[in-house]
Amino acid sequence: MDLMEKNMELIEVQKLEGHTDRVWNAAWNPVSPILASCSGDNTVRIWEQSSLSRSWSCKTVLEETHTRTVRSCSWSPSGKLLATASFDGTTAIWEDLGDEFECISTLEGHENEVKSVSWNASGSYLATCSRDKSVWIWEVLGGNEYDCASVLNGHTQDVKMVLWHPTMDVLFSCSYDNTIKVVWWSEDDDGDYQCVQTLDESTNGHSSTVWAISFNAAGDKMVTCSDDLTLKIWRADISMMHSGEGYAPWTHVCTLSGYHDRTIFSTHWSSDDIIASGAGDDAIGLFVESKQHDSVNGPSFNLLLKKEKAHEMDINSVQWSPSKENRLLASASDDGMVKIWQLETIP
Amino acid sequence: MVSGLINENPIVYEIKERRDVRAYSSNTDELSVDAIDQLEVFDILFVRLSNSKALCRTKIGIVLVILNICSAHHIRDIKDPEHPYSLEQLKVLTEDSVEVDDTKSHVRVTFTPTVEHCSMATIIGLCVRVKLMRSLPSRYKIDIRVAPGTHATEAAVNKQLNDKERVAAALENPNLVEMVDECLSPSFE
Repeated sequence: MDLMEKNMELIEVQKLEGHTDRVWNAAWNPVSPILASCSGDNTVRIWEQSSLSRSWSCKTVLEETHTRTVRSCSWSPSGKLLATASFDGTTAIWEDLGDEFECISTLEGHENEVKSVSWNASGSYLATCSRDKSVWIWEVLGGNEYDCASVLNGHTQDVKMVLWHPTMDVLFSCSYDNTIKVVWWSEDDDGDYQCVQTLDESTNGHSSTVWAISFNAAGDKMVTCSDDLTLKIWRADISMMHSGEGYAPWTHVCTLSGYHDRTIFSTHWSSDDIIASGAGDDAIGLFVESKQHDSVNGPSFNLLLKKEKAHEMDINSVQWSPSKENRLLASASDDGMVKIWQLETIP
Repeated sequence: MVSGLINENPIVYEIKERRDVRAYSSNTDELSVDAIDQLEVFDILFVRLSNSKALCRTKIGIVLVILNICSAHHIRDIKDPEHPYSLEQLKVLTEDSVEVDDTKSHVRVTFTPTVEHCSMATIIGLCVRVKLMRSLPSRYKIDIRVAPGTHATEAAVNKQLNDKERVAAALENPNLVEMVDECLSPSFE
């Protein structure tokens, strides 16, 4: 189905109000109709969709744990745990007990603000990153225990986001140092995580802070966004890595520029191949791969639509819902709102 | 005790007499020097304003108000962190340092640190940003930078000043907020 040939519109389904400061991140629960949002008001809000009315309301507020801005949140693959990363230097792990959430563990170690947290595909590892330039890998042990497995110091500046690959235990991080680093476990030297690749300006990388990374469902393509006002698409031959032939490097496919004129803070690749972007120009961009395959230059991407003034201030996060039913997108903004959108075809 | 000031002997300039806003708007003498200064700034904005004369007058009014918040009484009065003089007296900020585009809700402030290696540059920039954030409508996008060629690590300073997340984290530091509030507090002379 070629979306470019249809008239598509991003319709606002609902505006979720409640946070009293900017909202930095929104994350959909992978198994239930639940959305988590975290904010400069030091809290995390859990929003649930009513099965009757289909509308969203705030089920609970996770407060009095983090003492500073909560910068990002991430659900475990099972959907039962929520990790929250905060400027207070800690990462809290919360368990959904039905009526309420309980903070079952606090990961400490970073020297200053924690910016991002990510679970691997099996939920056996967590990664966090910080302005202290390091990336920490934590092993999930039984009984609410978490053990630091590795501390990586490859980046030379503030690390903005960490993300595990969707199918392999390979960790990606992006930073204020303008690079994206790829790390995986190596059996050499008593076994440890090694940085196997750095995507920087010399490899067609970004020329300013890289704010976010997102993978397609198959995990063979990735999109990154930056303060340099561009989105970049990358690909790798992961079948090679799956078959154990060693590391296959990521290569630049194309750069999407001219669509946003302020920092692009967030990007997310949907399961049906639509890339969303959220930027400081208050707009949401949606992109799809072009059907015209140029065998010389490789795949290219086109703008499907740009939703101007999606919010009244900067957009910090865009996330597609995992639901197969409809194309729902959540956005979080400096204006204190979380909005839920639906991508629809207009007859 | 040896003074640890970065700039021990700043050059202090005489500041322009403050124009009375109300007097200006009724002043039709466009040949006076002050009016041309103001008009020069408006010329930059005129290009972006719509053709309708009535709309222009209103937009100039809005811009004038904003410019006054920005340059006439507020950010020019920000005190230098090291000395009891305002940034205007030290020529760190002048009217020309402020570029406003009301239709795009965009403001850019360019400031000149007194000393090339001034480590106070980030504090000054932060003060300017905080003052603007507190004075302008929330729709405004604010860019702060050091005047090109006036600072040894200009790119690094500019990058920090314009990284929203870094600024937010810095403003959660009570010591830093106290310093900024001190610089932004009005001096009673």
